[in-house]
Amino acid sequence: MNTLRIPARWVTLGVLVIACVYFLVPVWWLLVSSTKTNSDLFSGNGFWFGHFSLVANLRQVFTQQGGIYSQWLANSALYAVGGAAVSTLISSLGGYALAKYPFRGRELTFNVVLAAVLVPQPLLAIPLYLMFSKVHLVNTYWAVLLPSMVSPFGVYLARIYAAASVPDELLEAGRIDGAGEVRIFGTIALKVMAPALVTIFLFQFVSIWTNYLLPVLMLADDHLQPVTVGIVGWQSQRGIGPSAVPFNIVVTAAMVSAIPLVVLFLSLQRFWRTGLTAGSVK
Amino acid sequence: MSTATSRRTTVPAPASAERRGSRRAPAHVRRRARTAGAFLAPFLLLFCAMYVAPICWTVYQSLFRMHRDGLGLSAPTQVFAGLSNYSAALADPAFRGSLLRVLLIGVVQVPVMLALALGLALLLDARSTLFKRFFRLAFFLPYALPGVVGAIMWSYLVAPGLSPITAAAHHLGLHLDLTSNSMLAPTIGNMLTWGWTGYNMLIIYSALQAVPPELSEAATMDGCSAFGIAWRIKIPLVRPALVLTTVFSIIGTAQLYNEPAILHNVAPNLSSTYTPIYAAYDAVDANNFNAAATESVILALLAFVLSFGFLRLVQRRGAAL
Repeated sequence: MNTLRIPARWVTLGVLVIACVYFLVPVWWLLVSSTKTNSDLFSGNGFWFGHFSLVANLRQVFTQQGGIYSQWLANSALYAVGGAAVSTLISSLGGYALAKYPFRGRELTFNVVLAAVLVPQPLLAIPLYLMFSKVHLVNTYWAVLLPSMVSPFGVYLARIYAAASVPDELLEAGRIDGAGEVRIFGTIALKVMAPALVTIFLFQFVSIWTNYLLPVLMLADDHLQPVTVGIVGWQSQRGIGPSAVPFNIVVTAAMVSAIPLVVLFLSLQRFWRTGLTAGSVK
Repeated sequence: MSTATSRRTTVPAPASAERRGSRRAPAHVRRRARTAGAFLAPFLLLFCAMYVAPICWTVYQSLFRMHRDGLGLSAPTQVFAGLSNYSAALADPAFRGSLLRVLLIGVVQVPVMLALALGLALLLDARSTLFKRFFRLAFFLPYALPGVVGAIMWSYLVAPGLSPITAAAHHLGLHLDLTSNSMLAPTIGNMLTWGWTGYNMLIIYSALQAVPPELSEAATMDGCSAFGIAWRIKIPLVRPALVLTTVFSIIGTAQLYNEPAILHNVAPNLSSTYTPIYAAYDAVDANNFNAAATESVILALLAFVLSFGFLRLVQRRGAAL
């Protein structure tokens, strides 16, 4: 038995290491390539450093095209923080109402929300674009902000969390003390629901920051675009022509745009787990 | 309660008013329902505007077409087209091809990815596995990168002239072009597998963590091998997580757009109707909104039928077991 178990453990480790190489080597390539000059990118070992020009690359990323990259980052931050903050507030209100107040049509409302979680977002982007162009919202900040404020998944998460963790006795105690419903929500429910709120904010923030389809349709003005649309625009120049953005600058720009998410991911791992497991308890 | 009201019905006038009051919810219940409505209002309002309205609008648009008079002098008018947009879309070889392509990618890539995710989750769940935390983080990292960044990265990793993979194959005397027509689908499949395996693995892994350890211990005592425990105990118990990840993956494949669109920038041979969403965007670009709407509806229906068909299938099999 013992002689069998030791090799099995090493086989497991071997398989996991191979998988690890598959998942990490491309990211390693991205990191290494962001430190290279454009000509080094096309020669030598792709997975090892060439002439170290990360600082020069970063400087060029932030000065290319009149320094528009920092504008893109600021736009992404505006869309992601604004959209996620509003949607977290709206979702927690809605989820709390669905969990703690009996009313006719409650189950129906909840089932509609659940079904909406499964609606593919890109399918909504085209009709939203057509509707927004009728009311002249296309090419404004609102074109991206408004759709970002709705999160059926957020309502779903807020409801299951409120149902499981906000005790009715606490709400009754608040009512006996003469607190209004809004005050009870603001002072009691929100505090208990805080971990769920962080998860909702995190998921919505990430989905807005990484969204490409909606903003690329809505925003033709590159001063309104988020960073995802901006760097794909640079990549689509294919490095052809004297004014085109070189490949190493696209790589560095892509790498920089991922940093906020990687930091969020590493610092808020607990909340990622909450959101992902919430999906599987359905 | 019901006996109380039925007794009261025998009493005339004044009680009937009281009865009406008792059939209507008590004041505090009604007040709470109003509060619930007010709390839900902001969400429902935005939900109707950003979800319900676009869906209705799309279906409506798909039933009309723009009619231009022969000379094209007056503005085009919208006329009812019945289902003719649908028959036109389904007869269009480019759109049919895009549906078929996505179906093929889905049929091959989703099982490969989920098998990989399940296998890795089982290995991470085994008690004797080393460095669990590190591996879990490493596998999940691709999901933490924005999809666009992952797609740009892979587009360069496969681009002829830039690709280190092609260069390595060249050193071995192999000619490999990952952006050639026949390699496009495997390349996109690989991009999806790389990006989403960790996400699916984490969902399955979380479900595995909820399996009581006593079950595996008892099976080990009975002489069951580690493989047997995984196959006979753990996998059946994480079935809901597997069903969920499959449904999410089907829906995710149906909306495939970013990867092919970004790959197109290094592989001009990739057509602008490669996937259905791509084709619909192409129609928007050509100002053919009715066609775009029709193609969106067909795709949504297909995704719906496939994911619910899958759910029905596993439910029936689950009932038979």
